[in-house]
Amino acid sequence: MASPPLRMAIDVGGTFTDTVVVDQNNIVLASAKTLTTPANPADGAMEGAVRAMAAAGRRLDELTGFIHGTTLATNALIEKRGATVATVTTEGFRDILEIAYERRYAQYDINLEKPDLLVPRERCFTIRERMSAEGAVLIPLEEASVDALLDQVDSSGAEAVAICLIHAYANPVHELRLREILLERRPELTVSVSHEVSPEAREFDRLCTTLANAYIRPLMARYLVTFETQFAEAGLRCPILMMTAGGGMCTIATAAAFPIRLVESGPAGGAILAARIAAEAGLDRVLSFDVGGTTAKFCLIDDALPHTSRHFEIARAARFIKGSGIPVRIPVIEMIEIGAGGGSIAGVDRLGRLTVGPKSAGSEPGPVAFGRGGVEPTVTDADIALGYIAPDRFAEGRLHVDKPAAERALSRSVGDALDLGPVAAADGVSRIVDESMASAGRIHAAESGTDLGHRTMIAFGGNGPLHATRVARSAGVTRVVVPPNPGVGSAVGFLYAPVSFEIVRSRYTLLESADLAAVNELLQEMGDEAQAVVALGAAGAPVTVRRSAYMRYRGQGHEIEVDLPDHALHPSDVGPLVMAFEEAYRRQFSRPVPGMAIEILNWAVGVTTERSTVGDVPETPQLKPFPPAETRPIQCDLTGDTVTAAFVSRAEMGPGDHLPGPALIVEPQTTTLVSADFSAHVDGVGNLVLIRDQEGVRL
Amino acid sequence: MTELTPARLQVMWNRLLAVVEEQGQTLIRAAFSPIVRESGDISAGIFDVRGRMLAQAVTGTPGHINTMAEAVIHLMRHFPVSEMKPGEIYMTNDPWLAAGHLNDFLLLMPAFKDGRVVGFASCTSHLVDLGGLGMGPEGSDIFDEGLLIPPCKLVESGEPNPLLMSIVRANSREPVANEGDIYALIACCEAGVARLLEMMAEFRIDDLEPLAEYIIETSRKGSLAAIAEVPEGVYRNTLKVDGYEAPLELHATLTVTKDGMHVDFVGTSPCSGKGINVPLNYATAYTVFALRCVVGPDIPNNAGSLGVFTVDGPPGCILNAQPPAPVAMRHTLGQLTPDLVLGCLYQAVPDRIPAEGASCLYDIPMRHAPEVARNGGREFALELVHNGGTGARSHSDGLSATAYPSGVLGSQVEITEAVAPVVVWRRELRADSGGAGKFRGGLGQRIEMTSATDEPFIVFLSVERIVHPAEGRGGGAPGAKGRIRIAGASADAGGKGELRVEAGDRFIFETPGGGGFGDPSDRARDAVEADLRRGLVTPERARTDYGYEL
Repeated sequence: MASPPLRMAIDVGGTFTDTVVVDQNNIVLASAKTLTTPANPADGAMEGAVRAMAAAGRRLDELTGFIHGTTLATNALIEKRGATVATVTTEGFRDILEIAYERRYAQYDINLEKPDLLVPRERCFTIRERMSAEGAVLIPLEEASVDALLDQVDSSGAEAVAICLIHAYANPVHELRLREILLERRPELTVSVSHEVSPEAREFDRLCTTLANAYIRPLMARYLVTFETQFAEAGLRCPILMMTAGGGMCTIATAAAFPIRLVESGPAGGAILAARIAAEAGLDRVLSFDVGGTTAKFCLIDDALPHTSRHFEIARAARFIKGSGIPVRIPVIEMIEIGAGGGSIAGVDRLGRLTVGPKSAGSEPGPVAFGRGGVEPTVTDADIALGYIAPDRFAEGRLHVDKPAAERALSRSVGDALDLGPVAAADGVSRIVDESMASAGRIHAAESGTDLGHRTMIAFGGNGPLHATRVARSAGVTRVVVPPNPGVGSAVGFLYAPVSFEIVRSRYTLLESADLAAVNELLQEMGDEAQAVVALGAAGAPVTVRRSAYMRYRGQGHEIEVDLPDHALHPSDVGPLVMAFEEAYRRQFSRPVPGMAIEILNWAVGVTTERSTVGDVPETPQLKPFPPAETRPIQCDLTGDTVTAAFVSRAEMGPGDHLPGPALIVEPQTTTLVSADFSAHVDGVGNLVLIRDQEGVRL
Repeated sequence: MTELTPARLQVMWNRLLAVVEEQGQTLIRAAFSPIVRESGDISAGIFDVRGRMLAQAVTGTPGHINTMAEAVIHLMRHFPVSEMKPGEIYMTNDPWLAAGHLNDFLLLMPAFKDGRVVGFASCTSHLVDLGGLGMGPEGSDIFDEGLLIPPCKLVESGEPNPLLMSIVRANSREPVANEGDIYALIACCEAGVARLLEMMAEFRIDDLEPLAEYIIETSRKGSLAAIAEVPEGVYRNTLKVDGYEAPLELHATLTVTKDGMHVDFVGTSPCSGKGINVPLNYATAYTVFALRCVVGPDIPNNAGSLGVFTVDGPPGCILNAQPPAPVAMRHTLGQLTPDLVLGCLYQAVPDRIPAEGASCLYDIPMRHAPEVARNGGREFALELVHNGGTGARSHSDGLSATAYPSGVLGSQVEITEAVAPVVVWRRELRADSGGAGKFRGGLGQRIEMTSATDEPFIVFLSVERIVHPAEGRGGGAPGAKGRIRIAGASADAGGKGELRVEAGDRFIFETPGGGGFGDPSDRARDAVEADLRRGLVTPERARTDYGYEL
C-alpha cells in the first residue's frame, strides 16, 4: 500500500534557502530557513531538507513529492556568470542585437549605454538561408558555408550557440538542419534553437530569449545533475519537479533543455500561494504583495488565477527601468517589481526631495540598526525608529537591533537636510516608500486595464505584512490578508503548482479570413508537444488543455487573450470569437470599436494537470475581542503622533479573534502592522484579515 | 498631523506623477495609431486652476513637452473658468494651439470639487488620418493637409457632440480608428480627473494651491541651480540642413543668465513651400527638451521647471511658421533643433554636450502603388520606423541605430513581413558610418527591401542629413550621410518626396551615422582594435581615420 503523501518544497533564493514539508492536507509540518550556499546551492538545500525532515520527524525516503525552485538561473544572468555564447542568424541580420528596438530606455539620459546583451558583435555570425513569413523557403540553407561558420565559432571560443533564423517559428527546418550539422561536427557544443525556446515572431526578442537560454544552459545542466545526484544519494526516491516562471512544474530533463523557463520561479511561487488563498477565501479580485529586502513585487490575481504574460525582462539596469534589461519571451506569471524593500536606502536629493531606493543595502551590509557595517539609513531603520519592529522580538531575538544607531543615521542622511527630527524623518521615509510601492501597483493595474480599488491585498515576504496597511491605504485597497508562514510564502506556493507546459507560437492572420484548417493543424501540433512535456512529469494524470489566441484590432498595439473552443475551429466559431474579443475589449476600454478588423499574431496552448480542488473551508467563527496582554508605543502612520499599540504574538490568536488597530502582530519571520484605521481578525483557515473599517484618528 | 509637511507634499507630488503615467498608459493601450503605440506619441498632464502644469507623463516623444502647457492656456482663454460646467471637455487640433500638426488632438477637462473648478486633466494623442493629402510634406498650405478643428466643446453634459464626431469621421480615411482614438482621449481625461479628486479626498485638501506652489517652486529653484552651473553668456550656432526645395539655415542664439535660458531663432531661413515648416510651439518643445537633457534632467516637467526656459523666433522663419503654412511634417526639422541648440550650449559646457547625431527619424511610410488597388492586388499601408546613429559623447561612443531626440521604437522585420507584402533582405550596421573621433559616433544602418509580390509599392520620404551630415565636435569627424536609392539606378533618391519601388527593384535605405567627439588620433588603440574586431570600422578606415597600423 502506498504511503500517504508527504511533500517537500525548496526555494533557493539569493540570500536564503526556504524549505517546507507538508502532509497530505498541505498542512505545514516543518519549515527551515538556511543560508544559500552559492558555490554549490545544493548543499544549502540539503541542509534545509535535513533540518526540516528532522523537525518533522520523518526521513527523506518517505517523501512522495519534491518541488524545487531556484534563483540560480536569474542570478547567473544578472551576475553574468554564464557560458560564452555565439549567435547564428540569417545572412543580412548580423545586428539584431546591436539594433534591437532602436530605443534609449531613459528619455532624458543622453549618457546612457544600451543594455549588455551578453554576446558582442565579434561572436555574432550569419548563415545564408531565408524563410518567408509564411514559412516558404526563399533561399535554401547553404550547407557549403557551414565550414566557414564552424571556423568562426571555434575561434570565438564559444561553448554554446544560439541559432535564431528569420521566421523560423513559421518553418523550423533550417534551424533543425543547422543544429544537426553543428552537433555532428562539434558534439561538445550546447546548441539552443529559437523555434524551440520561443517560437514567436519578433526576431530581437526571440534571439535574446534563445541566447539567454544558451547562456545559462551549461551551468544549469551541471547544477541540476548535482542536485539530483546529491538528493538521490541522501535517499530521495521520488522524482524532482522544477518550478517554472509560468507557475507550473516541469521535469529536470525539460528544465535542463530550457533553463530560461526557470527564471523568477521563486516570485511565481508567491503568486501561486496567493492564488490558492484567494480560492480558499473566495476572493475573486486580488493583488499579491511580496516585499523582501531589495524589491517589492505585485501580481494581479483574478478568479484565483494569476495574470500571465509572455514577456518580461531580466537583469534590468539600475532603477528597474523598462527596456534596460534582456527581453525574454516565455510564458510567465506577470509581475511588477520595483526596487523598494526593507534594505532600500533613504536620502535627500539636490532638490531637497526625500528619496528611497532603488539602491539597497541588501542583507550585507544591511540596515544600520543591525550593526553589520551599514551606514546609510534604510526602510527597515525607519520602521525600527517608528517602533514597528520590536528590538527584543526581531528574528526571535537572535539579532541585536540598535535603535539609536538607526535614528542617528536617519537624522544624518535625511533629517538634517529637511529640518526634521529622526522620527519625523522616519515617517517621511515610510510615506515615500509606501507611496512608491502603491504607485507601482496602480500603474501596473492601469497597464493591465483594471484598478486596485476593489481588490484584496495578500501580503507576504519578510516585509510585506509590515507595510501592507500603509501601502493598501495609498493604493485605495481596504482589505488585506496575511497568510500563515508569510516569510516562506514562495516555497509554500510551490506545493500548489500543477505540472504544466505552455507553448506560444506566431502565425499572423485576420480573424475573419483565417485559414482554419492550417490553424487547427498548428494548434494540434502545439497541443501534442505540450502534452508530451507534461506526461514526463505527470504520466497518466488528468490534464486540462487551454487554447487561446492573442487578438487585437488591426493597427492597435494591445493584445487581448481570448479562449478558443475545445473543438477544432469551424467557420461558425468566428462570430462568437469576435463577440468574445469585443466583450473583453469593452471590459478594459469601456466600449468596443465595431467594424474594425481583428487580427491575430500569436496562438497559445497550455496543458496543465488539474489543480487540487479547494475543499470546504472552515468558516470564520463569530468575531470576539482579543485582549492584548501587552502594549508598545509606536508612531501612528496616519497622524504621525505617538500612540499606544496592542502588541501580540500571532501564535496566540485563534480563529475569530478580533483586534482593532493600532497593533503589532508578531511572528518568527515577520511583523504585521495593523494601522489605526484598520482592524485585524483571524479567519477560519488561520489567515490574518485586516480591514480598513475605522477613521483611525483618535484623540 | 493634517498640516502639509514636506513629506506629505512630496507624496502628493509623487501621486500626481503616478496619475499622469497611469493616464498615459491608458491612452497608449487604447490607441489605434501605430505611432502612438510604438512611440508613445501622446501626453497627459494635470494642471491647477490657473492653468499651470503640475505634472506631465514622460512619454516617447518630446514634441508635447511645452506644447501641452501652452495649449491649455489657449483653451482656457476660449472657455473661461467661470463659465465651465461639469461634464464638459474642450478640444482642438489647431497646429498653432495644440501640437504642431493636424493629427495631434488635445483635450482639456475641468475637475469640479464642491461645485467649483479645482484643476484640469489634459491629454493629447496622434490620430491616424485627418484627410487632406495625408501625412507627407506635399501640401502647399494647411488647407491641403486636412481638417482643422478650432477650440470647441467636444463633450457637453457628459455627451460627445454628435455633429463634431460625424465631421471627424467624414473627413478621414480611417473613420473608425479616429473615433476610437477620440474616445480613448475622453477616457484618459476622465481617468485623470477622477484620480485627482480621489487624491484630494484622501489627503483632505480642498484646493491644489499649496501643492502647486511647492511643486513649482521646488522645480524652479532646482532648474535655476542647474542653470547656474552653466557660464552666463550669449552663444550662437548655425545648422545647415537639406530642406525641401533648397538647403536651409537654422540659427539659434542662446542667452544664459542666472534667471534662465532664452533661445531666439533670429536669422533662420524663411518657410518652405512644402509641409516641413515648424510652428514655434513644436520647435520650442524640442529645443527645451534638449536643454533639459543637459540642465536638470532629473527635474520633472511642470510650470516651474519649464518656465525658466523660453524660446522665440521671428514670425515667418521656418521654426516659427505662421498660418496657413503647411506643417504636416514639422518633426523632420523639429527633431534637428536639439543639435542646433546643443551646439550653442557646447560653447559653454563642452564636456556635457554630445556631437550631432542623425537626429531626424528615418521613418518609411509605404503603401501599395495606386494601380495595385485598381487591379485587385494586395493593398497595404505601413510606416516603418528606423534611426541612424547618435552623436559621440565627450566620454563614450555614440549609440548605433538609436533614436534621439525622439524616443521611438524601431520596427521588427518579422512583423513587417507578416503584415505587408515586402521582404527585408538586410538590416545591418553600416561599417565606417560613425564619425571618427576620440569617441566615435554611433553607426547608421542599411536596410534592403523588395516587394514580396510582382506588384510595386511607393515610399513617402521626409528625412534629413542626405546632403548635410551630422557634424562632430571638438575635432571629431562628421558621420556618414544618409543615402536612399534603388539598387542599380543611375541616381540616388532625395530625402523628400515619393519613390516608386517596382517589382524586382531592390530599395536600399541607409541611415546616417552620428558625429565623432574629439580628435580621432586621440582614440585609444584598444578601442580601435575592438571596432576592427567587431567590424564596425574597416581596416582601411582605421588607417586613414585613426592612423592605425597593424
